[in-house]
Amino acid sequence: MATFKDFRNNVKPNWCPGCGDFSVQAAIQRAAANVGVIPEQLAVVSGIGCSGRISGYINSYGLHGIHGRSLPIAQGVKMANRELTVIASGGDGDGFAIGMGHTIHAIRRNIDVTYIVMDNQIYGLTKGQTSPRSDLGFKTKSTPEGSIESSLSVMELALASGAGFVAQSFSSDLKELTSLIEQGMNHKGFSLINVFSPCVTFNKINTYAWFKENLISLSTVEDYDPENRMKAMNTLMTYDGLVTGLIYQNKQKPSYESMVKGFKEESLASQELSLKKEEFEQLAAEFM
Amino acid sequence: MINQLSWKVGGQQGEGIESTGEIFSMALNRQGYFLYGYRHFSSRIKGGHTNNKIRVSIKATNSISDDLDILVAFDQETIDVNHHELSLGAVVIGDSKFTPSLPEGSHAKLFSVPFTKIATDLGTSLMKNMVAVGASAAVIGLNPEMFKSVVEQIFSKKGATVVEKNMDAIRAGMEYFQKEASGNVGDFSLEKADGKHRMFMIGNDAIALGALTGGARFMPAYPITPASEIMEYLIRKLPDYGGTVIQTEDEIAACTMAIGANYAGVRSLTASAGPGLSLMMEGIGLSGMTETPLVIIDTQRGGPSTGLPTKQEQSDIFAVIFGTHGEIPKVVLAPSSVEEAFYDTIEAFNIAEEYQVPVILMTDLALSLGKQTVEPLDFEKVEIRRGKLDPEEVLPEQEKGVYFKRYDVTEDGISKRVIPGMPNGLHHVTGVEHNEQGKPSESPENRKAQMDKRMRKLDTLIANFPVPVVKDEKHDNADVLILGVNSTRGTIQEAIPMLEKDGVKVNHGQIRLLHPFPTDELESMIDKAKKVIVIENNATGQVAQLLKMNTRLNKVESILKYDGNPFLPSEIHNRCKEVL
Repeated sequence: MATFKDFRNNVKPNWCPGCGDFSVQAAIQRAAANVGVIPEQLAVVSGIGCSGRISGYINSYGLHGIHGRSLPIAQGVKMANRELTVIASGGDGDGFAIGMGHTIHAIRRNIDVTYIVMDNQIYGLTKGQTSPRSDLGFKTKSTPEGSIESSLSVMELALASGAGFVAQSFSSDLKELTSLIEQGMNHKGFSLINVFSPCVTFNKINTYAWFKENLISLSTVEDYDPENRMKAMNTLMTYDGLVTGLIYQNKQKPSYESMVKGFKEESLASQELSLKKEEFEQLAAEFM
Repeated sequence: MINQLSWKVGGQQGEGIESTGEIFSMALNRQGYFLYGYRHFSSRIKGGHTNNKIRVSIKATNSISDDLDILVAFDQETIDVNHHELSLGAVVIGDSKFTPSLPEGSHAKLFSVPFTKIATDLGTSLMKNMVAVGASAAVIGLNPEMFKSVVEQIFSKKGATVVEKNMDAIRAGMEYFQKEASGNVGDFSLEKADGKHRMFMIGNDAIALGALTGGARFMPAYPITPASEIMEYLIRKLPDYGGTVIQTEDEIAACTMAIGANYAGVRSLTASAGPGLSLMMEGIGLSGMTETPLVIIDTQRGGPSTGLPTKQEQSDIFAVIFGTHGEIPKVVLAPSSVEEAFYDTIEAFNIAEEYQVPVILMTDLALSLGKQTVEPLDFEKVEIRRGKLDPEEVLPEQEKGVYFKRYDVTEDGISKRVIPGMPNGLHHVTGVEHNEQGKPSESPENRKAQMDKRMRKLDTLIANFPVPVVKDEKHDNADVLILGVNSTRGTIQEAIPMLEKDGVKVNHGQIRLLHPFPTDELESMIDKAKKVIVIENNATGQVAQLLKMNTRLNKVESILKYDGNPFLPSEIHNRCKEVL
């Protein structure tokens, strides 16, 4: 059994001191150990941005791709080798701006990938521009008069897209975050975990203190049932998406891989590449 | 008796024009004739003129012909649009339903055959295509029974009655035509073919079969003309071999998903045309930078933008060779026949894994969609080479925190590759400049070492590539060297005897490896000719410019065509004469 320490490498993250992403890194390392995966069976695929560097900070196989494309890459990895545990991760710009199309389609496709978004509601690595998650009126370098585009309700959108696992957490709550990532990794199908991960350098509005004041834990919502999609949607709308916990899970929804005709449980990567002569001749005869 | 002829069927899109051509040519292929087809179609499903032109010959032929001997018309537009191609004494068979007529002064012979009425009388007007096939068979002097096996193959699922009814339609079309023409037709009877069994397929079939045979087991792709047949074939076949196709949300996803699968050790490809290729450019750079194998098929069509989506062009060459920002090693293949498309697709996977680079295999619409007779493909020639990857290898114990040197700076620039899941192979992969372990690094020394390592990987490629230029060099001292790429090969081959007859000594090369450019091979060809003419389907002479860029040649004549149609042999003949 691997422990969370086995998922640590000797690379020092280049995040700012106090960045919310440190907790996400720690939560992934703990969750991986807790679900019983070993480093060589874990692939972390990430996008571009401050948070995208995370694949380099976890002792596992890691691929740091291109902006907005962590999900298609991660889905390709999973389809190639179902035996791997695959995590995709990145920021809100990566997943909800440039990569939004992939996010929705990964949700509806439902390949078993755990997608962790570090949502700081701003573009950090490019030094402070608005993001699709920025609130109306939010002043940034690209919106000096305040943002005039509304913020995207990503959790509602995920539900509407047919998500089988939707959760939201806050990087200050390492315990809950770790638990949700574990649940996401154990979920058979696509899981989306949005993490409020404050940018201490560029977002002076949505700070740790702001989240502590504004976030509602679903455990405090009366009769909340994460298997009730309508209630989930209603709750998200009631609290303007500012909730944490497991929002929705559909354990019955079959994963994409499980529905592909003839798709084996063992890794496609370890199967025979060559055709037999008779097989080839039969294929060729179809063109005669 | 004649040994070759050209036949065309035309009508409104959605009327079964394609299947009429299909049945006619499949039956002839089974008799041992060589077929070469080209479809004229538009980017719409119902309506609009469409036609299918098929060359039938007792010898191998890889070009459409200049003229037309038999035209089967389901509407007047077909006659009006295609009349100019008709040879002297050509036969036009039109459905009596529209009262066909020839333009004034026509030298063709028109026969009105009630395709629709005969079919309706036999049960359903849907069989009008069969009546037309029968009438065509009468002109050529074929036995209607030779269509039996094809009709059975297509209709047996619907029962023996349907098969018999369709055969009746063929026989009825034949009898009607024989009575109507009663000897009033020129001699179009075809010499008997050799009866050998050969394949009959489009270039996209060969690519798809090549991918399957070459070990590809995963294909993410987005539909586009003229590439979709590749994914459609693999959708049907891959499940039998454990693999699958995913129809992605766009070509960016297709390209990057293929990168993910290749990274994880599965041979994976995607296929598209110009617009999709443009979207893949950033992904191609990621493959180059991370040294992850990747195979992309680019079936060229008319550009730019949406351009001429159903027409012939060869204008993606620069985009493919120079595309993606920054500098990466990349291989670009351009098969010039259906056979080569099969073998080159397999080789694309071998090169991608051996050199750990993106490989783009280019075709053009005429090669991708033109259906033709192909000599049996040789399974013995198929080999799978994975280079420096052995998924079963037991790697030495890895010290914690010290990654496997995935980007080890080696003499040939190629490093050992390991895939996720392999014990002791942990490493990082990133599109950011990185050190030997894949960890980001901005050190100037490391940058230079890694850049040089990547760029020298292809140093040995040309020497190891079997046939970088397909050559037909008859002369040590030729008047002209004609060069082309992809589907123009057959047309150039047909123009050469015309030029030789005029006393012009011609050598011919079809460039099969476009990048890295086979400079030495081409310079030795250039040295044997007084002049060089490049034939290409684009407006700016991209191959001609590549020649100037990569060889000592500074004067090249270009013969260009970019009206959406493939070259005709006579066009190449005439335009070469103008230049010479």
